[in-house]
Amino acid sequence: MRTILYLIRKEFLQIFRDRFIGKAIFAVPIVQMLILVPAVTLEMKSSEICVVDKDMTSESRGLLGQLEGSTFFKIPVLASSENEANDLLHKDKCDLILQIPSGFGKDLGMGKPARVMVSVNAINAMTAQLSWAYLNGILRDYNRNIIADKAGSVAVSQIQITNRYWYNETLNYNYFMLPGILGILVVAIAFLLAGLNLVKEKEMGTIEQINVTPVRKYQFIIAKMIPFLIIGLVDLAIGLAIGRVTFHIPFEGSLLLMFLGAAIFMVAALGLALFISSFSGTQQQFMFVAFFFLIIFILMSGIFTPIESMPVWAQKIDLANPVVYLMRINRMVMLKGSAFRDLSREMYSLMVIAMLFTVLAVLRYRKTA
Amino acid sequence: MRDPEKIKIMKRFLGFVRKEFLHIFRDFRTLIILFGLPAAMIVIFGYVVSTDLKNADIAFLDLSKDDITTDLSDRICSSGFFSRTDDLSRYGDIDRILKKGKAKAVVIFGEHFGRDLISLGEANVSIIADGSEPNTATLVVNYITAIISDFNQQYAGKMVAGAPVIRPEVRMFYNPALQSQYMFVPGVITMIMILVCALMTSITLTREKEFGTMEVLLVSPLKPAQIILGKVTPYFILSFINVNLIILLSWLIFKLPVKGSFFLLLAESMLYILLSLSLGILISSVSKTMQQAIFASLLGLMLPTVLLSGFIFPIENMPKIYDWISAILPPRYFIVVIKNIMIKGTGSGFVWKETLILAGMTFLFLTAAIRSFKTRLQ
Repeated sequence: MRTILYLIRKEFLQIFRDRFIGKAIFAVPIVQMLILVPAVTLEMKSSEICVVDKDMTSESRGLLGQLEGSTFFKIPVLASSENEANDLLHKDKCDLILQIPSGFGKDLGMGKPARVMVSVNAINAMTAQLSWAYLNGILRDYNRNIIADKAGSVAVSQIQITNRYWYNETLNYNYFMLPGILGILVVAIAFLLAGLNLVKEKEMGTIEQINVTPVRKYQFIIAKMIPFLIIGLVDLAIGLAIGRVTFHIPFEGSLLLMFLGAAIFMVAALGLALFISSFSGTQQQFMFVAFFFLIIFILMSGIFTPIESMPVWAQKIDLANPVVYLMRINRMVMLKGSAFRDLSREMYSLMVIAMLFTVLAVLRYRKTA
Repeated sequence: MRDPEKIKIMKRFLGFVRKEFLHIFRDFRTLIILFGLPAAMIVIFGYVVSTDLKNADIAFLDLSKDDITTDLSDRICSSGFFSRTDDLSRYGDIDRILKKGKAKAVVIFGEHFGRDLISLGEANVSIIADGSEPNTATLVVNYITAIISDFNQQYAGKMVAGAPVIRPEVRMFYNPALQSQYMFVPGVITMIMILVCALMTSITLTREKEFGTMEVLLVSPLKPAQIILGKVTPYFILSFINVNLIILLSWLIFKLPVKGSFFLLLAESMLYILLSLSLGILISSVSKTMQQAIFASLLGLMLPTVLLSGFIFPIENMPKIYDWISAILPPRYFIVVIKNIMIKGTGSGFVWKETLILAGMTFLFLTAAIRSFKTRLQ
């Protein structure tokens, strides 16, 4: 036990001797939280639509009025021809074009279905789908009004829809991203720093000096893990405090549960980092392999996109991805106040992964290398 | 005739470049990742990361259990977007199932739903969505609303025959099949170049410093400018190969064509590679150890490239201030350039402004990099 404590002290001294790294460890979470959380949003606030109204009847103006009434669409320009509108779309001056052909009002008046043409800039498939969905909603409302008008006094049966968003009434995107960014933060610090640290000892040759001492393998690995575990948890606390003060993120669940989840996760991440580092001879090499894993883990973790939308094979791979569980735990504890019994599957899976990676790291580390 | 002195210098320089190449190729693992990472990212972005709604879990709380509610819930579940996880029987179960994350939303039909609809002409359905995932929640509510609205329209249409309706025709420009690849391939190119050029050059240059071998190089007959040039030339070539590899892969796997001029695209890529390389040299001149260089490139270049350049998250959605912050980030302009050339197929007339900005930045960073290297020598 004494040996481990001495080794831990040595690690801390080593980390903070580099003043730049010492500062970066604590400055990074602050900057990351403040800058990234508001920026990383998939929420669409508005879309610019260009209208070509060739009809100019009261019906087409009615539709335009409905469009103007929505807070989502902005109508910066009215184009007079299709070519003009297409040019605007080409130059990124608008996101959608709504064309109302002549005869629109006449058709509606005669009780015939009327046509409109919509063109969407679909380079970003997601925003294209969303803005089209919004426009479709407006057209649907317009349709319904016409039907109701036609029906006159005859009551039309309608299903009214009310919806509520639990845990995040206003659908504030910050609430969604902050727990995710916290996760990235913890994984990046722990993973990169710890691995680089071990490889640096190899690259500089200082690991030989430890190898000739009676320090046991597990002692060495544990002493490498604990300092970064502590740093990671301190970073998490800083991040949480910033989220609370700056973004007023609610915290529904138990703080203890969240830190427990983060701690188990860190053991898994550190174990993997040390395992990878045992394969690499230089820091550059480790950087690349670690970066490879990190980016795949994060992209597949469901931080930006739902896991359910992934193909089944990817979901199977994700069973071994510790970041997935961390994301779920962070979000569920912070926003929904889920308790341990709601999260038992995630917690136990993380524990299994953590144990596996740590054992691998201890086994791979050879004192006689 | 060239004078022999110049040829000698040239030979010396080429020998140095060869040595750097050998250094890179000796490290086989890094080389694999260098080309494996773009391939892996293309597959992940193409097949795995998707914002579409597929098989979202939905639970029902049907207190009425009549023909209409059964019909409606069947319509919702057979739409392909949702799968039914659970049928709840009490309001109290909603919280439990959402907290466990077993359903994204709960659809609630009140008591006497069908009877109300027929006799009163109005009935209420409520959707409670899990707002902790705002995007999914919005999509779920929108899709269910659309399904119920269709039902409404059919139901109303039965009663008022021949009611006129607007039929919209939609055209998805540039990307008719709504493939998400159109968005991310430019992003992957930008990211890989930062990774290969800036990160790797800054690491190799700092490595020489940290190990003291830089001194050895400096006392050699090579000039400082030649040392830098020799260090970055292999990475220039590697990144150039990588760009072509990404374009080839996205064409092979996703049939993503280069609509505009291929040569213009390559020329712009070279400009951007040059820019990233000078950033790498700059970083190496301010950092003393490799860890510092790694941290500075990852946090100063990588994160902004991924998150603030409009690659995953559109800049229009961000608060206004990010528009200004990202204005000083080179990737933002480069992504616009690639998108224009690759996807829209527009020519130099549409991208000259961005090209000019990138060229200006390159000039600025390159001068700064050379200067910082010189001052370090004294």
